[in-house]
This record gives sequence, structure tokens and C-alpha cells, in this order.
Amino acid sequence: MKCIIIDDEPLARSVVAEYLQTYEDIKLMQECGDGFEGVKAIVQHEPDLVFLDIQMPKVNGFEMLELLEQTPAVIFTTAFDEYAMKAFEAHAVDYLLKPFSKERFDQAIEKWRAVHAHQVSQQNVKDLVEDVTSNVSETDRVVVKNGQNIRIIPVQDIDFIEAYDDYVKIHVQDIYFLKKKTMSFFEKTLDPKQFVRIHRSFIVQVSQITRIEQNDREHYEAILKSGKTVALSRNGYTRLKEVLGW
Amino acid sequence: MNNFISFKRLYLSYSAWWLFWALAHFHIAYHYGLPLYPAMVDALIYSTMLATAGSVIYNILRYYQPNQSNLFYLRIWALLNTIIVNVLFNVVMKHLYASDIQYLTFLEASMPVRILYSLLMIVVLTFISTMWFFLISQKQEEENRRIAEKLAKDAELVGLRQQLQPHFLFNSLNSISALAGSRPQEARKMIQQLSEFLRGTLKKDDKQLVRMEEELNHLSLYLEIEKVRFGHRLHTEIKCGNTHHLLLPPLLVQPLVENAIKFGLYDTTDVVDIVIETTEDENKNLHIRITNPFDPLTANPQKGAGFGLSSVQRRLYLLYARNDLLQTTYKDNIFTTTVIIPQV
Repeated sequence: MKCIIIDDEPLARSVVAEYLQTYEDIKLMQECGDGFEGVKAIVQHEPDLVFLDIQMPKVNGFEMLELLEQTPAVIFTTAFDEYAMKAFEAHAVDYLLKPFSKERFDQAIEKWRAVHAHQVSQQNVKDLVEDVTSNVSETDRVVVKNGQNIRIIPVQDIDFIEAYDDYVKIHVQDIYFLKKKTMSFFEKTLDPKQFVRIHRSFIVQVSQITRIEQNDREHYEAILKSGKTVALSRNGYTRLKEVLGW
Repeated sequence: MNNFISFKRLYLSYSAWWLFWALAHFHIAYHYGLPLYPAMVDALIYSTMLATAGSVIYNILRYYQPNQSNLFYLRIWALLNTIIVNVLFNVVMKHLYASDIQYLTFLEASMPVRILYSLLMIVVLTFISTMWFFLISQKQEEENRRIAEKLAKDAELVGLRQQLQPHFLFNSLNSISALAGSRPQEARKMIQQLSEFLRGTLKKDDKQLVRMEEELNHLSLYLEIEKVRFGHRLHTEIKCGNTHHLLLPPLLVQPLVENAIKFGLYDTTDVVDIVIETTEDENKNLHIRITNPFDPLTANPQKGAGFGLSSVQRRLYLLYARNDLLQTTYKDNIFTTTVIIPQV
């Protein structure tokens, strides 16, 4: 069994490492100080269990999990986060409140062992991440993985978002990033005054639109500052008019 | 106490007022041709009756203040009083001077004037009494509002000051838990530092200014704890030159530094340098400048200014009634928080 600890406080990692010493069958592969290291380590070691702190530099624990194709089994470790605690309970994902005792730690390990055989625990974590990230009131950044690199995109840099099968393409200037999310997820989390779904397949940042052209009687197009054109549906046109207050 | 004094003064002025009208009354009656004695009795009894009616109205208004909708009853009441006074006066005088034709003729002739005069007096007194109680209740309301505002302000100040971050507390306890296993001596030291820090946050009164020196002691306790938590990632530097003696509200700097640390540590993965610098300006005011690194690509400086800053801003406003004492700027990768503390 392989495990990884991700926490930005060295002493917090050392508690977990110390408690783990009594488990001969669990091998601690790596300790990580932030989410970037964490993603790399998880991809590299494919651990059976991850101890994950929520509040960390750059990307928090939930954002980090979002970047992974395969969600690992996770035991969250957190000091105080009422909101996250509610989410853990709701999705039956185990968590340790710092400081925690060896007894409580053992319980968590036992529980993990019991459910480990089933895929259900991973699914629970996945649902939890989806729930937590879609419920933050108005996101101000999007975290994406681009090959080996992780990029944090402030939402004001996003030109538009395009549907792409199970993914979306997040267009920033001349490039785009893929993210495994739905259009309705972004429609829900981005500021509705700043981003408008102008088409089934497009969400556009309003300030990026330079003009709107009518191709023929039925078809409109939005021309963006970057020079790209984006299709505008009838409903999208109405929604855009509402936001702009025409 | 205040009410008693003003009541006594009110009583005196009311008596003086009626003495004046009684004299005027006597003068007119005497001048009209009434003999000295009946003129005096007439003036005295009539004025006393009116004065009594006036004070009855005053005392009723004291416990029952009419509002706009029942001002009508007040007018009826004034009219009723006028009638009672005049009827009563007639009965009494006719009984006293039953055989004095001259007086009875005078009484008969003066009735219209008396009714007009008494009505005017009672209306004026009713009006003055109403205004009087209106002003008192107004003043009381204002006083109550002032007290309520002060209480709210005090409570807010206490609340803002004691906003201890639970994150900080529980993470520190977790660090102690880690140290307890491997390095018990350090664990004990950290427990002691944390206790001293917590004690420092509990005992302060917001209006009692403290010396910069004291604030810096408290701050260094906090920084020691944070350094244990974050290890080599946190570097701090305190430059405070010749400002040890300057005064500032207690526990003002620590939340600012906490904010800077959080901002810096969660926004970069490298070593974080926090610089705290205090200076005295030409007006002898205290300037506190705190700088932390941030990443302009990922952090939104406006949004990044978290709860710590807004609570300090609010405190400064409540204490100094100024909104310009806390300022933030950012340039390149450095975020600067500046606070000016006026020295009174």
C-alpha cells in the first residue's frame, strides 16, 4: 500500500508520518509541501491513500484534486473549516481535525481499509470536490493542468469557454486549456454579469466582445477583441442583451 | 438629579409667572374702580384657580403625551378646564360677596373678558406643557440612542479585536502535538509562547493605548509561533528604529502581519519575506509599514486584502473617525500595507 502526505506545514506532515510508522504495510512514498508537488507525486506514485490538507499555497486541496484524472482515496486533514466539514459529512469522506489523536487516526485508517476495495470511496471524493468547487460563490480563478505544468488562470483573463465533448476548452488569448468540466458548471460558478452563455457551446466574457454581426436573418456572431468569432444563438442574444441592459 | 433641579426651577418660574398675572389682574380691577380689598381677593383667587388648572394640565401631560391623532382631545380638555375655572370662580365669589352689589356688577361685566383671558391662558399653558414634555422625551430618546450607539461601538471594537483566527489556534496546537512526540522541550516552549500570546489578546482594553514596544513584544510571540509552523519558509524582519515610545491601540499590528503572512504564504511556494517597519513622521505620528510578496498573476490584490485589513480599517474608523489611516499599495511583486496612528 502506498501513501502520500500533502500539507504545507512540516510539523503537520510529521505527525501523520509518525502515526503511520505503526503500519508496516503502508509505505509513505513522499511528503509534499504544496499542491503542485502533490499532483506530480500522485501521478508518479499512484498512491492508495492520500492525506491532504485543504488550505495550502497557490492551489488548495480541492483545486488540486480537480486536476487529477483519477481521484485517489483521500483522508482530509484540516484545522478548521466549517464549510468543508459539512461537505465531508455530506459525501461520507473521512477527515481528521487537527490536532488529532492516534486513536482517531487509527479509526480513519481502518475505515479506509474497509472501503478501499470498493470504488465507492473514490466516487465519494469526486462528488465532494465537484460539490465544493461548484458551490464557492463566484470563483475568481480556474486551475488547469497543461501537460506537466499547472496553471492558475484568473477569470478576467478568460476570453471564452467552449464545449468540447466531456471537456471544455478555456480560451486565453491564442491558446486554450482543457478541463474536464461541464458548461453548466462554469455557467453556475462564474459571475453571471461578467460571463454570459451566448450559445449552447459558448460562454463569453462580456468585456471581450467588440461587436456583434448579423450573418443572415437567423444567425448572429460575436467578434472578440482577440479577433475570434463566436456563434451567438437566439437565446444567447437575449441573455446578452439582458446583461448589457440594452 | 437633573430632573429635580429643573423641576424646582420650573416651579419657581411658574409661581413668578402667576404672581405677575395676579398683579396685572389686581391692577386692572383696582383701576376699574373696585375697592382695594375685593380687587386683591378677586385677583388672588382667580389666578390661583387658573394656576391650579394649569398645573393639572401639566401633570396630566407628564404621564400622557398626546400624539397627532388625539390633539383634538387636548383642545376639548383645555376648553373644559376654562369652563370649570369660571363656573367655580362665579360660585365662590357670589358666595363671598353675596351682598356687595358693586362687586357683583363688576363680576357680571367682566365675565366675557375673563372667559377670553382664562381660555387664552390655559391654551398657552397647555401648549407650553406639551412642548416641554416633547422636548424632554426628545432629549431622552437622543440620550438613549447615544448610549445604544456607544454600547454597540464598544461591543464592535471588542469583537474586532478578539477575532482570533481559529485556523491559527488549531494549527499551532497541531504543531505542538507533533513536537510533543519527538522534541518535548520545544513543545513545552511553544505551549508557553502560545499561552502568553493568548493571554495578551485577552486583557487589553481598546481605548487604553499601548506603547509600540509592548505591541512588538506581542508580535514577536506571534511570529515565533508562526515560524515553528512554517519552518524555513517564513522570514521576518522588524525595523522599528526610534519608535518604541509611540502609542497605538493594542493588538493592531498583529492582525496586519497575520494578513501579510497568509497572503504571502498562500500565494507563493517559495520563501516568504515579511518586513515590518515603523517610523515617526514630521508630525510625530506613527507609521507602520508591512510588506509581503505576492504573485500578480494569480492573486487579486483588491480581493486578497482579506478580513484582517477590513477589521483594522473598521477599528481605526471607530477610534479616530478617519477612513484614510490604512492604505495598501502593490508594486511589482510586493504588497505594502501602511497604517498611520495619530499621536494625540
